[in-house]
Amino acid sequence: MSAKFKPGDSVRVRIGAPPGHFRTPTYIQGKTGSVVTVHGAFRNPESLAYGGDGLPKQFLYLVRFDQTQLWNQYTVSQQDTLFIDIYEHWLEPA
Amino acid sequence: MPRIHDRGGWPEAGPINQAEHNLSMWEKRTDALLVLLASPTKQVLRVDELRRTIESLAPDAYEKLSYYERWITAVEALLIEKGILTREEIDRKAEEVGRRQG
Repeated sequence: MSAKFKPGDSVRVRIGAPPGHFRTPTYIQGKTGSVVTVHGAFRNPESLAYGGDGLPKQFLYLVRFDQTQLWNQYTVSQQDTLFIDIYEHWLEPA
Repeated sequence: MPRIHDRGGWPEAGPINQAEHNLSMWEKRTDALLVLLASPTKQVLRVDELRRTIESLAPDAYEKLSYYERWITAVEALLIEKGILTREEIDRKAEEVGRRQG
C-alpha cells in the first residue's frame, strides 16, 4: 500500500457528512490546498470510534490552505496559511 | 449543517477566551482516568470512542457542559455501553460518595 499523494500535490477536500465520527471539519470541506507532508498510514478513526479495528490503515497528510480561500472577507494578511491533517479518503486530486 | 462540535468558522462564535484554565481536582482526575482507561495496557476505551460519544451529546447538553464535564459524561456512557459498569452501580456509588462528603 502506498500514499496516493506526495508533497506539492494540489488536493481538494471532499464534501461529506457521514453518520458517525469523522475528522474533517466542515470549514475545510470542498476547499483546495497543497500537500506539505505525508505523515504515514494510521488506523481509521471513523472505525476506531465504534470499536472497529480501523483497518485498512489510511494515509494522513498535512495540507496547507490559503486563509483567503477559506473565509469570506479575510482581511488580515494575504500571506496567511492554515495547516490541517486530513486523511487520504477525504482527498481528491485538484 | 455542521454538527454541534464542528466549530471552526462559526460566524457567531466570538473571540476565543485565551485565559489560563485552572483545573479543579475532579477535572484532573477525569483526565487521569481517561489516560488510564485508554492506555496500551488497559485498552478499555479509545480516544476516538470518547470523541464519538461527546459528538453524540444532545446539542443543548453539549453547550451546557464544560470541557471535562463532557469527558466524564462520555466516559460514563462508554463504560455502561461496554458493560463494565451499570447505571445502577454508578448511581449507587455516587450517592454513597455524596453522603460521605455531606
